[in-house]
Amino acid sequence: MAKVRHGKLPGRYEMNNFIKRYPLWSVIFLLLAIAFLYLVLAPWPPELVASWGRKQIFLNALLGGITLGALYFLVAAGFTLIFGLMRIVNLAHGSLFLIGGYLGYEVATASGSWLLAFPIVFIVVGLIGLLMQFFIFSKMEGEELRQTLVSIGLSIVLADLMLWWWGGQSYSILAPQFLQGPMELPLVSNVNDSTGAVTWLRYPSVRVWILVAAIVIGIAMWLVLNRTALGMMIRAGVDDREMLAASGVRIHLVFLAVFGFGAGLAGMAGIIGATFQSLSPGEDTRFLLASLVVVIVGGMGSIVGAALGALIIGVAEQMGFVYAPTYSIVLTFLIMAAVLAFRPQGLLGTGR
Amino acid sequence: MRKSLLGAVAVAALMLPGAALAQSGTIKIGILVALEGAFATGGQDGVRNVELALKQVNNTIAGKKIETVVAPTDTKPDTTVRMARKLVEQDKVDLIIGPLSGSEGIAMRDFAKTIPDKVVINGISGALETTWVDPAPNFYRFNLDGSQWGYGLGSYVVKKKGWKRVATIAADYSFGYTNFMGFAVDFCKSGGDIVQRFWQPLGQSDFGGIIAQLPDNVDAIYLGLGGTDAINFLNQYQQAGEKTRLIGGTIMADQTVLTAKGRAKDALKGTPTSGPFSADNKDPAWTSYVKLYQESFPANQRLPSPSLFGLGYYTATLAAIKGLEAAGGDLSNGQAKFKEALNKLQLDSPVGKITLNENRQATGTVFVNEVVDGPDGNMTSKMVDKTENVNQTLGMTTAQFRALGLPSRDAVDCAKLRAGG
Repeated sequence: MAKVRHGKLPGRYEMNNFIKRYPLWSVIFLLLAIAFLYLVLAPWPPELVASWGRKQIFLNALLGGITLGALYFLVAAGFTLIFGLMRIVNLAHGSLFLIGGYLGYEVATASGSWLLAFPIVFIVVGLIGLLMQFFIFSKMEGEELRQTLVSIGLSIVLADLMLWWWGGQSYSILAPQFLQGPMELPLVSNVNDSTGAVTWLRYPSVRVWILVAAIVIGIAMWLVLNRTALGMMIRAGVDDREMLAASGVRIHLVFLAVFGFGAGLAGMAGIIGATFQSLSPGEDTRFLLASLVVVIVGGMGSIVGAALGALIIGVAEQMGFVYAPTYSIVLTFLIMAAVLAFRPQGLLGTGR
Repeated sequence: MRKSLLGAVAVAALMLPGAALAQSGTIKIGILVALEGAFATGGQDGVRNVELALKQVNNTIAGKKIETVVAPTDTKPDTTVRMARKLVEQDKVDLIIGPLSGSEGIAMRDFAKTIPDKVVINGISGALETTWVDPAPNFYRFNLDGSQWGYGLGSYVVKKKGWKRVATIAADYSFGYTNFMGFAVDFCKSGGDIVQRFWQPLGQSDFGGIIAQLPDNVDAIYLGLGGTDAINFLNQYQQAGEKTRLIGGTIMADQTVLTAKGRAKDALKGTPTSGPFSADNKDPAWTSYVKLYQESFPANQRLPSPSLFGLGYYTATLAAIKGLEAAGGDLSNGQAKFKEALNKLQLDSPVGKITLNENRQATGTVFVNEVVDGPDGNMTSKMVDKTENVNQTLGMTTAQFRALGLPSRDAVDCAKLRAGG
């Protein structure tokens, strides 16, 4: 069953093996990592500031990319799980994101609590996902093209229903009091040459905490997938659905659970999207496209792949935006094209 | 031989009704308006306002009955030209009122040249190029263009507020450049300095990078964004704990942004903006127009007060009525009398007197508004200043204005303008 563990990070043994097999690449990676750490941790000398701008700008773009990646990860994780297990390319996933955001706005305004919105939206949007799987997708199991086309139809219907109910205005959710404003991070932003006083980087606290939350959710998902019986069933289902069903597992319940969980996750991501940015008609397709790119880069069906893909796309988008604004939009698609050309199964996808 | 003869008769018969229509006692107006996509609400308000203006004259001008045909577009220039062609060839309209958005306007300028015997009166499209670069002799624009909308704001912030150093963030497309240009010309001529310019790709919704780059030592930041981009910026601006004063472009503080749900828009409080009208203008021409609008339609079939788009189509229809009246409804000889009347028209519009220049582009009033708290917890805007007689060349000679170049990322040389060039 070694193949099942494709989500596992390389251990010490694999690492040593890699260094032995590709010594040149190992040195290059090491140098890149050192250069990166230097850029992040050390105060920048004047020559570097002259050519690249202030260090604060670089750090902001980097953190902006990582936090944006956290948001992308939350949307894409459900998408990739659903695809990995059921082979459904759920093109209504973006609609679940948008529904979650709108519901989150309603809950947060009605109750005055931003945090309360998360469990409620997770449950409600999760239920919507369960209903979609139970009444629609399970009726056409195994017919992948039909499922995909139906999911496109669903996304159009849902988009129009949301336009009817919430209108064309933009909605944004205000972060709660304790997350408002910036916080200081233990990263040097600037050192005053004459006094030697250190300025620490100030960064919006809501984005930092959302990044932390996304990492926690990611690790929890990884643990569930790799350390529990349910996770074992899901991984087995990803690898060989028929064999799992034949061995007596009630696979439809597993399907329902995964679909509901993925939908709930997308719904929660909607709240975060509305706090980071804003919601309006059209955001559903924007995030659907983003999660498609993320899972194509990271590898369909892999959670770690989704995290890696989200990080790459988020950082590329923000870095491109700051250092080459004209080409920033092309950049993400260039990355996708490059991955498709050289590693079509995605960076961490299994070769199937 | 017999067949071709028959064919000729058939063609002649087909042509007859059209010829007959042109002679009869009706005038047909085609309304070219976006009814799909982002501007659908504004487009509906446009149609409503054409009807409103025509109702004031009982749909009769100089003894002739007025008929209207609505041609819906989706703001794409090729659809617009196709619908305009349908209006001319199939519906046989005498004049067209429209279109609504910038790129449609440029497409219609070119299409107008292919129908020299008809008149096109612009709806509310605001691209500078439409009446500036190679304008069509039968295309008339009675609304101000995007760069005129930005004029007057710059001198206001320098003289009344004392804000002389600004950084600017504006949308990286034609309207962003054009609206910014109007602000920058006026601002720099009044002695202001633009320290740094940022251009935001449309729909790129994470502003963290730009916010980090904003210089500290400025008096204010000019924002030439609109819609969702504006909301996203304000949201992240607050989250980053930034508190510099803001100056808004024309669509930065319009109804779309001020009625958005959530508190992001609160950052706009006290922000001056400029545009072609003021919702709380006390001028009787404006208040009577708003009253007429509100009384003519039940509350659930209109907006609370006329929109920018509605105002544009209302003014265009008003111009058509006045022009047709002056020409006595005579549309013969390639509509020569009508065109002459339009060229000479001094239009008393809800936003003051409007005249046309040699490019058939309006000269009129630009309003400066400030965002304040509204009565219902929403934000609203309050008129604080206005600049009359803003012309297409923003108070410069044609040669000086041409020297600025067309709107683009670095069209306005601030230091040169400040020095009086």
